[in-house]
Amino acid sequence: MDALLNIPVLGFILQFLVYLVDVIVNGHIAPIILGLATPIALGALCGVMNERSGVVNIGIEGMMLFSAYVAFMTALFVHQAIPADRSTFFGVTPALISGIIAAIIAGVLISLLHAWLSISVRADQIISGTIINITALGLTSYLNRLIKPFDSAGTFQSFRPPAELINLPGVGWLFEMFLSVGPIAMLTIILVVVVQILLFRSRWGLRTRAVGEHPKAADTVGINVIGLRYRNVLLGGVFAGLAGAYLTLEATGSFQNNMTAGRGFIALAAMIFGRWTPLGAFGGALLFMGSQALGVAIRLAPPAGDLGTFLAGIQQSYPSIYNNFFTGLPYLLTIIVLAGVVGRSVPPAADGRPYEKESST
Amino acid sequence: MISRPRSYVGRLVVPALSILLALLVASLLIIASGLIGPEKKINLLLPLIAYRSLLAGSFGSLKGVANMIVAATPLMLTGLAVGVGLKAGLFNIGATGQVLMGGFTAALVGVRMADASPAIAIPAALLGGIAAGAVAGFIPGFLKAYTGAHEVVTTIMLNALSQLAISGLVNDVFRAPGFSFARTAPVGNAALTGIGGTNLHLGVLFAVVCIPLSYWLLWRTTVGFEIRAVGANPTAALYAGMKPRRMMILTMSLCGAFAGLAGAIEIQRLGYYPAVFGTSIGFDGITVALLGQANPIGIMLSGLLLGAMRAGAPLMQIQARVPVEIIDVIQGVILIFLAAEIVVRRIFRLRAPSAGAGELQTITRTYGEKVTG
Amino acid sequence: MSVAQPPPPLLQMSGITKRYPGVIANNKISLDVKAGEIHALLGENGAGKTTLMNILFGLARPDEGEILLDGKPVQIADPADAISRGIGMVHQHFMLIPVLTVAENILLGAETMANAVFLDRREARRRIIELGKRFGFEIDPDAKVETLSVGWQQRVEILKALYRQARILVLDEPTAVLTPQETVEVFAVLRRLAAEGHSIIFISHKLYEVLEIADRITVIRRGEVVGTRQPTETNEDDLAALMVGREVLLAVERGTSHPAEPVLTVENLKVKSDRGQEEVRGVSFTVRAGEILGIAGVAGNGQDELVEAITGLRRSSGGTVQLAGQDITSWDVRKRREHGLGYVPGDRQKYGLVLGFPISDNLVLTQYYHRPFARGVQRADAAIEKWAQDKIKEFDIRTPSWSVPAGTLSGGNQQKVIMARELSRELKLLVLDQPTRGLDVGSIEFIHKQAVHKRDGNTGILLVSAELDEILELSDRIAVMYRGEIVALLEGRPKANKEEIGLLMATGGRAHTEGSPNDTSGPSGATPDTSIRRETA
Repeated sequence: MDALLNIPVLGFILQFLVYLVDVIVNGHIAPIILGLATPIALGALCGVMNERSGVVNIGIEGMMLFSAYVAFMTALFVHQAIPADRSTFFGVTPALISGIIAAIIAGVLISLLHAWLSISVRADQIISGTIINITALGLTSYLNRLIKPFDSAGTFQSFRPPAELINLPGVGWLFEMFLSVGPIAMLTIILVVVVQILLFRSRWGLRTRAVGEHPKAADTVGINVIGLRYRNVLLGGVFAGLAGAYLTLEATGSFQNNMTAGRGFIALAAMIFGRWTPLGAFGGALLFMGSQALGVAIRLAPPAGDLGTFLAGIQQSYPSIYNNFFTGLPYLLTIIVLAGVVGRSVPPAADGRPYEKESST
Repeated sequence: MISRPRSYVGRLVVPALSILLALLVASLLIIASGLIGPEKKINLLLPLIAYRSLLAGSFGSLKGVANMIVAATPLMLTGLAVGVGLKAGLFNIGATGQVLMGGFTAALVGVRMADASPAIAIPAALLGGIAAGAVAGFIPGFLKAYTGAHEVVTTIMLNALSQLAISGLVNDVFRAPGFSFARTAPVGNAALTGIGGTNLHLGVLFAVVCIPLSYWLLWRTTVGFEIRAVGANPTAALYAGMKPRRMMILTMSLCGAFAGLAGAIEIQRLGYYPAVFGTSIGFDGITVALLGQANPIGIMLSGLLLGAMRAGAPLMQIQARVPVEIIDVIQGVILIFLAAEIVVRRIFRLRAPSAGAGELQTITRTYGEKVTG
Repeated sequence: MSVAQPPPPLLQMSGITKRYPGVIANNKISLDVKAGEIHALLGENGAGKTTLMNILFGLARPDEGEILLDGKPVQIADPADAISRGIGMVHQHFMLIPVLTVAENILLGAETMANAVFLDRREARRRIIELGKRFGFEIDPDAKVETLSVGWQQRVEILKALYRQARILVLDEPTAVLTPQETVEVFAVLRRLAAEGHSIIFISHKLYEVLEIADRITVIRRGEVVGTRQPTETNEDDLAALMVGREVLLAVERGTSHPAEPVLTVENLKVKSDRGQEEVRGVSFTVRAGEILGIAGVAGNGQDELVEAITGLRRSSGGTVQLAGQDITSWDVRKRREHGLGYVPGDRQKYGLVLGFPISDNLVLTQYYHRPFARGVQRADAAIEKWAQDKIKEFDIRTPSWSVPAGTLSGGNQQKVIMARELSRELKLLVLDQPTRGLDVGSIEFIHKQAVHKRDGNTGILLVSAELDEILELSDRIAVMYRGEIVALLEGRPKANKEEIGLLMATGGRAHTEGSPNDTSGPSGATPDTSIRRETA
């Protein structure tokens, strides 16, 4: 084995793969990967709800950002008004609950704007989404400047599964990944599975897919295309709201200007990668954000051997580039995946085309 | 286009009214901010104070006008960077990244030529910026043409990547010693200095030239005809013998070049490149392009408007205690009203627009498709 | 003793009037349909038949008049309402979702549920199979609709209506996309439905079919009923005269052709589709200057890919294409055009025009970079304007000005723009793809005349059309395409035999065993028991 690992370039790759497996299974970074993937997965769910119904939504980024801000500020105000002890159940407080609810409402409200512009006004949907992004960024930056937050309502706490479960050889990391996380992250997996099942086996799912593929056909069998699209876009706003709440109430306990940093777009790529299915998008989210987790892992527990020394050497000479490389990996992966996948991964046929009920001659 | 638009005035109406409505909405926000902010009182006149300082900061004095033009210059260029793309059916929100690449390259060239004569150093640095911007635009254009990857996502990714790459390079490789924060060495003679005591500089000429140049390109040349045809109906263009892929790549590179030039101008004005160059001109270019309806003349006017707002904002923040970020909010609301054109028309009881979908309607069409030809 | 009143007709539409801006689509139309009757609605494109049926199906509301079902007046609010009243519609352009299965398409909107949330797919599957059997065919509910042939897709559409217990079935131009074979089969299905008491309204503009299948024929012209006939008391000329209101020349004067040197030589051409399947499998033929070669075939047998390879839109994977002796196989579109190839694409709005551009720009869409329309990179606006005005006059394009967007023109005028553009050059080869789809009789006549005129000017014409009649009318020679191969090369009229060609289109000339739904051909090669007769020679 050592002989293999010592071959110049191939050896590095092998060392890397060995390291990868080791760090995932033994390195306790699995929950970190899920944590990073959660907002992406939720954003992708929002995207799926929209695009499966035929509405392109580029504004997930803005929805997330705005919901994140609303979640944070609401939790803060409630926390100021009603200081409460943390319950043992995920560290829940009234403040945090209010924050989530407010975030969901915010997500739905912005989705209402997007739905209105895309479905009723029939504006170009990409422009509509971009406008939402610009406005959300502007509004949150403005408000953040105006009201300088001086405190925080804290965050949800992760669940602590029994140690025996985590330390199971071989599969322990799976349990750790899905259980050693906060409530929103845990909820995400459940939501992914539920939406997947409903999309392909329920009446709602059949009608949604029909409306996204061929709205005229759906119309002629009596389905309310406009109504269904509105409802689904609004429902998507719930997921975007949850994603925002996650960022400020579970992942960190603060709000930074533009803290979404492109996650909304990575979510889109995950959705395209997953062929517009929730499970596929979830896989994509894990893949994209796993690369960032890798950076964390390498810093905490550097690989042994030549690869380790090589990496340490780079870190020494080019610390900023080294760090930025790992931060930038998800973005790079997104481009690569998109370039490779489009054309093979086909969106719903009526995606992006506003529906007009015609009374034809 | 052969036929002159029936009335330029007609096309100004909706954007103008959108701006008006946005200012109204922003007024509400300003009043609210008076309540929430440090003053903690409702001042119904606050918006007027704010807008007056905004105007004063830009039109109130000769210096203010100069500042407005200086602020508008890069905005017109990034507006073209987005607007020309729109004509080809491409939405270039990567102007930010292209600006950074252009600025960074201009800084590197400038540092190299810091001691050369300005007549050589300035154009060299600008050219460097243009070239870098063109490359930065080429990448998403190529990806879109040959893989179908939609430019909206790839350009945002490239924005982030550009920022990370450049800041890494400035910190680790190009950091100039002796400064309290990470930045490159000064660009010396490549800097664009103010003329006659104002902030006006040579770069303004470039922007001014690019506007009529774009107009001539789009409406008077065969190349522009192809660009517009590909933007309006790429399949018909293909069937008629044009090459949509080539046009997409060409257009994106051109857009990148405009943005790169804007970045170069800003950096050469600043005199160096800081590790983190926080500029909003890339994003603002989107507003300028949409407000200007993807038309070079419109872009010029919108650029001036937004430049006026940006130039006057600091004074507004001082005098009316309203944070400069309100300009970002105003931008967003203008765009919402623009998109909801129908609402604006209904409010002011205007006639519905004539047939023929605008360019603004055609971007989403290529969202998930591969491009042929 | 009172005589029992006969039951009222199943459907009565009386005094229906519908106005749209600038036109009266339906003007006091009255129609009645009995149970178990096949009633044909005959009329040209734009006569108002589709409007009438849209009203029946709840897609539009009448301005005047009423609808009676079983003698009782009803208001039909929307398609869901129509469906619940037993009215089913099979649209001309199928309302099927390609990526969904047969069962999913049938279920949509009338879902069979296992509980409040989930579908009962097993029960649905059972019902669908049973329905199919009842009307004579075996259908696989889990097949994806996009894998089915057009004939089978139509059956899914019919099943959709039957699943919802339709008593009245409206079929809009059902045979527009079928081979003569498939037409025979669907007629058999319709007769079985009628025998079971369903009423069928059959919309068509094909005279001979209507004479064959209908129990009664109502002719509509310009929004009014101009006559109702029994098939036994009328013939095609009578119907045609009613339809158009004047003596109609049902065939254009084609004259004889004098073919000269070959302008297009295709040898062993192979072309792959986007998915990598070989759609054109070694095709060889020649088109000569001064002749029209028509390619007959059911849509989807490789014609699109063949045309794309000849025009340069698609790379071939084998074989050669020669234009007047030059090997153009690797040339791009523009180079082929510059050497004398003209092309009128199949979808004028998607492929032929930029609707937002003015007519003048569309007229120079292929030549804009040449003198006199441009000098180097700069366009010559005045020259373009003059040329546009000339062409508008020459081709009688109805428009207020050369500067209005092409999207404001009617279908016929849009096609004229494209024809003007292509025909105004010296051409060696002109490729016409579905040149008269969706056009009115007047425009069709005009375009056919232009094509013959060009042929007489020593251009070779390659005509691809799904309308077998058009092929028969115009072609000097006919090639039949089946599954990517030319299976026959025949003389045109008067020697051409329509049944023979139809059979070749459907079966490729080979004997077949029992067909499956995925076969483009029909079932076992039994000879049709009714002949589809046109005018006798």
